[in-house]
Amino acid sequence: MNARPGNGTHKRSAVISRRSALLLALSSSGALAQDFRGLAENAPGFALPQPGTPLVFPKDHGAHPEFRTEWWYVTANLSGADGAPYGAQWTLFRFALQSNSPHAGWDDRNVWMAHAAATNAGEHFFAQKFARGGIGQAGVEAAPFRAHIDDWVLETRDDSAGAGIERLRVSAGDGNFAYVLDLTATGPIVLQGEGGYSRKSDAGQASYYYSQPFFTAEGDVTIHGRKTRVSGRAWMDREWSSQPLGPDQKGWDWFALHFDGGAKLMLYRMRSVKRVPFLFGNWIDDNGATSPLISEDIAIEPLETIRIADRDMPIGWRVRVGSRGVDIKTQPLNPRSWMGTDPAYWEGPIRFSGSHKGEGYIEMTGY
Amino acid sequence: MRQTLWTLAALISHWRRRPGNLATLVLGLAIATALWSGVQALNAQARMSYDAATAAISGGGAGTLVAARGGLFDQDLFVKLRRAGLDVSPVLEGAARIGDKNIRIIGVEPVSLPRGSPIAHKRRRADVLEDFFSGEGRAFAAPQTLRRLGLAEGARPQTERGRQMPPLAALAEAPPGAIVVDIGVAQRLLDRPGKLSRLVIADDAAPDDERVKRVAGEALRLVAADDESELARLTDSFHLNLTAFGFLAFLVGLFIVHAAYGLAFEQRLPTLRTLRALGVAPPNLVVAMACEIAVLTFMAGGAGVIGGYAIAQALLPDVAKSLESLYGAQISESLSLDLRWFLSGLVMAGAGAVLAAASGFTRTLRLPPLSVARPIAWRAQHHRYLRRQGGLAVLALVAAACAYGLGDGLVSGFAVIGCSLLGAALFLPIGLAGALALGERLASRPLARWFFADGRQEISGLSLALMALLVALAANIGVGGMVEGFRQTFTRWLDARLVAEIYFEAATPADARDIEAWMRTQPDILAILPVWRTKTRIGEWPADIVGMTQHETYAAHFPLMVAAADVWTALYAEDAVLVSEQLARRLGVGVGATLDIPASNQEWRARVVGIFPDYGNPKGQLRIDHEKLKRYFDDASGVHYGLRVASDATSRVIDNMQRRFGERITRIIDQSELKGLSTEIFERTFAVTTALNMLTLIVSGVALFASLLTLSDMRQARIAPVWALGATRRELAGLEMIRVLGFAAGAALLATPLGLFMSWCLVAIVNVAAFGWRLPFHMFPAQWLVVFLIALCAAFLAALIPVARLARAAPTDLLRVFSNER
Amino acid sequence: MLRVEGLCKSYSTPQGRIAVLRGVGFTLAAGASLALTGESGSGKSTLLHLVGALDDADSGEVVLDGVALTLLSEHARAAVRREKIGVVFQQFNLIPSLTVAENLGFQARLAGRYDPAWQDELTHRLGLAALVTRYPEELSGGQQQRVAIGRALAVRPKLLLADEPTGNLDEASGDNVMSLALELVAATGCAFLMATHSERLAARLQRRVRLESGLLAAQ
Repeated sequence: MNARPGNGTHKRSAVISRRSALLLALSSSGALAQDFRGLAENAPGFALPQPGTPLVFPKDHGAHPEFRTEWWYVTANLSGADGAPYGAQWTLFRFALQSNSPHAGWDDRNVWMAHAAATNAGEHFFAQKFARGGIGQAGVEAAPFRAHIDDWVLETRDDSAGAGIERLRVSAGDGNFAYVLDLTATGPIVLQGEGGYSRKSDAGQASYYYSQPFFTAEGDVTIHGRKTRVSGRAWMDREWSSQPLGPDQKGWDWFALHFDGGAKLMLYRMRSVKRVPFLFGNWIDDNGATSPLISEDIAIEPLETIRIADRDMPIGWRVRVGSRGVDIKTQPLNPRSWMGTDPAYWEGPIRFSGSHKGEGYIEMTGY
Repeated sequence: MRQTLWTLAALISHWRRRPGNLATLVLGLAIATALWSGVQALNAQARMSYDAATAAISGGGAGTLVAARGGLFDQDLFVKLRRAGLDVSPVLEGAARIGDKNIRIIGVEPVSLPRGSPIAHKRRRADVLEDFFSGEGRAFAAPQTLRRLGLAEGARPQTERGRQMPPLAALAEAPPGAIVVDIGVAQRLLDRPGKLSRLVIADDAAPDDERVKRVAGEALRLVAADDESELARLTDSFHLNLTAFGFLAFLVGLFIVHAAYGLAFEQRLPTLRTLRALGVAPPNLVVAMACEIAVLTFMAGGAGVIGGYAIAQALLPDVAKSLESLYGAQISESLSLDLRWFLSGLVMAGAGAVLAAASGFTRTLRLPPLSVARPIAWRAQHHRYLRRQGGLAVLALVAAACAYGLGDGLVSGFAVIGCSLLGAALFLPIGLAGALALGERLASRPLARWFFADGRQEISGLSLALMALLVALAANIGVGGMVEGFRQTFTRWLDARLVAEIYFEAATPADARDIEAWMRTQPDILAILPVWRTKTRIGEWPADIVGMTQHETYAAHFPLMVAAADVWTALYAEDAVLVSEQLARRLGVGVGATLDIPASNQEWRARVVGIFPDYGNPKGQLRIDHEKLKRYFDDASGVHYGLRVASDATSRVIDNMQRRFGERITRIIDQSELKGLSTEIFERTFAVTTALNMLTLIVSGVALFASLLTLSDMRQARIAPVWALGATRRELAGLEMIRVLGFAAGAALLATPLGLFMSWCLVAIVNVAAFGWRLPFHMFPAQWLVVFLIALCAAFLAALIPVARLARAAPTDLLRVFSNER
Repeated sequence: MLRVEGLCKSYSTPQGRIAVLRGVGFTLAAGASLALTGESGSGKSTLLHLVGALDDADSGEVVLDGVALTLLSEHARAAVRREKIGVVFQQFNLIPSLTVAENLGFQARLAGRYDPAWQDELTHRLGLAALVTRYPEELSGGQQQRVAIGRALAVRPKLLLADEPTGNLDEASGDNVMSLALELVAATGCAFLMATHSERLAARLQRRVRLESGLLAAQ
């Protein structure tokens, strides 16, 4: 669904280099930029994506421990029975701290991390979890598909042994908020890049990447103990790779847009210390056909900023895609959709209008 | 203000002239404070270590979950609880050995470890994670633990099971005597795959008993964060013992202070009167005296606290070893104390000084300004004094009787001992006075009559020192008797309990099976006695369950205090159990009672058919049929065995087994070595109390010396008239020495029955309340003789210098008595 | 300077109450000296103690320098003793742990009137210059008595009381001490009240009264 900017294998957390362990990155957002820079190092022992490798489902829904990082990521744009709009996010990350580890019991060198969030116009809630791999506290099974960490679950609703991600249930929460959503795919799985091999930069870093942007969502969102019935659209991303960002890249802005006509658009803008931002995107027709977009075709500009958590965050964007005649302005549901997790970033539901109308999700990191 | 200052100057000038008096006062207060604060330091250090050990992992969080039955539980309970949304972090702890040193292995899970945990918060989680996960991992230990083990950072020692540890690294926050590793590593080192000892609940998670029960059923039990650690409870009595001795020593030291201050007061009385005559108002006088006391307290108390530190530092290794051997507690072997301890020592010193000086203060307040020297009506005063002593003595003895009748706990036991000691001590001067009065009546020669009469005058000055001597001697007899009786009983009991010639522990149950199979083929091995064991909790008390096979060894040798008639058949045929003495006492059960014992999957009801002594074990113990142990308790460790072997074949068998099985045998030991070890543990336990006892005796000797020294000037005034009338100085000095020796002998005589009573109290009340087992009461006449001689020696040494001074007093000094009215 | 009126004092003994003073009265002007004579046990010391604010009378009045002592609190009386009265007793009441010099200046320091020059002069006139670093127990009786006088006068009292000041001395020393005392009293101009059983000494003062059966009789 979304090409991660540059090597941005993770929107949410920095990846580790051999030197600094995962949590070093996570412990202070000030180190975020440093962490992303740390992603530039090569990771010996881990597998690298190869062009031409076919993705096989449902097997590839599961984890790929020979790769260093991986995630399962779901965002949903919802509207409640009360008419109010909501947003929900569910992310599960896997980091391998060592290649070729036994993957069993406490010796498994995978660490799992998850972020969950729920947003409405007035409030934004988030929560974070960590878990060790190998002992059953967190993990992903490919078929029947089940991804979980503690009591946060993303799993198939089908009983059959080979069930993939066509019909999912996703749930998460903590003391302040919770949600349970049933996702039903109304379109095919979309392979990003070239058959799932998605280039991240000119230097050749890449990842395996596919998305399912065609979910309809139905369920409940509970905020401060009050449950509201909701329904809407959802988008799932799957990506895994071993290589971090380019050395001078410090963060990215990422867009996942549902157009009212049924089409989908994924864009990113990779911000660099030295050079102009690197732009990349994917236009997905309502029947699932994809058209990768080149940087000259895309224009993304921040419009206004507000101050959040000692940073100046852009709040409105102008997005243009020349070849598709797209010229829209985005508006966040809640400008304060700040994820105060380790690391910290902005992620929340947006609406857009202009040449087209629709809704989606924006993520902004590295500010 | 000005008045007070000059008054203070006048008071202090007294010490300039009598530095010996000052030294005595300061020394007494310093010693008293030193002994008290030394013991407090030991106790505080131990408690700090227990708390640190407990808190190291949980970090004062919301609580922990432990196995309801005690022992270990499966780690899938952890996964289940997390998948139900509970924020828990797993911990595995166990004991291991590196070389011959015991250590505790603590396995933690860094990702889920609560933020508040000391191990986590000083080092960032990320660093801990990296340490544990990269390369060969890490094993963290406090720098002093590394020193004790004699290992450097980076070393990779092996445990006794032959497992290699990750490289060692120093971490100041690690608890003493423990090595912290990743939980997976701990499971491997302790040979407990898939097991955990507890789950720590994160700080901000409210522990929800209901939720835990829904997920884990009855398998887990919630322990709230502020529950006193089990270790602190077990060791309570040990520390109370220490405190009691510290307090005793403090009191004896206070005797010195009172004596010295009282004498100084007497000597300054004329000065005080003059000051009043010159126009110093009473309140100013008292304020000046109070200032003097304050300065003294600060000096002496400060020195005392430093001395206490030294004493604690000297005794700490023994205390640490005792605690480790008895309770498995690890306490740090280097003292680290905070300001509070220092201040409390000073406060104690201040309180003691004020107490000792109180009578002087009240007299000063009521002092009339007239400076007329009237002849001291000493006889009237003496009678008043004796009456007061008698009254107090009776009061103390009544208090002792009350304490005996009312309570039967540890505190009341000490109360009985304390009040009896006090009562007897208060009575001593009366007794001596009576003896002297009798002597005076019976004596015919004038010098002899003077000897007795003058002695009565001397008593009030020496009484405190003699009382201190009495208390110290009685304590010596009491404690010494208890320890010796203990030693004899213990040796006999050990002989009965350790009947097997060889004891060994296999590495795993599978190894044990193989070794068993081999042993059956050996003609030298006469009997194989598995001594498998497991843990449980009955009521509130942790207890071990040990299995006994049906073998005539037990029926022949196993010591039982009380038993049913058919004990050795019932134990194997029915659901029956033997209970250790302290467990029986704590649960309040006797032979014939039934116990519900939590077993692996059920509660097992058994009849108590016997009670056996189990000296020195802080936990309870149950002995049951070996078959029943296997049946009802899944997690019985099947690795301990005793072997009956022909006595001349013992070393041969041991060599054979070691050669054949190598690392599959963790430990193997023969009976005599085991007895030696056990006895050594016992000796060390009492080393500390013996040391304190000896110190108290020395302190009372010093008290006697101090009193005699400061009295010596007043003695001159009394001696002078007799000398003038024709006795030689050497005669008089000799009589003086005889008198002091006589007083000491009197004290020793009274100390003997007092000490016996104390010994009985210790054995019958204190030990029973503190530890749960009761020793038979022994008397050791030889010891009394020794104590008698010690008393005489102490008195002789104490009196030597003062008497020598008297013998060599210059005639001019003696004559001056007549020209200056005192 | 000093006015005494109707002073009565009695003691309880096992034999009943004994009245020692039964209404004693006299006056003493500044710079004047008065000898109080009588048999041993006649109550001279008692009278002196009452005048010196050391004890309480049963009834009567003692007015010193305009202040009625009998009305004062304990505290105030101590102040009077400090600042206005110098006392020399038969037992010399020196502070045994202070040197001669320290003893000499003690009361003056207590009263805040320490005057090194005056103390020096006293020291020399009393012939104590060589003894200033000694302790009382190293001095002879006469020397100790001189120190006592020096201490009493160092504070420049309004009234100097002496209770058998030469009682423990031999005749020669006693005379010596008396001369010195009288000289210094004249030099300081304080009132001087001395109790003595020696008629010879009493004759050296300006006035004499005799205490008999609790009452004064002039002589």
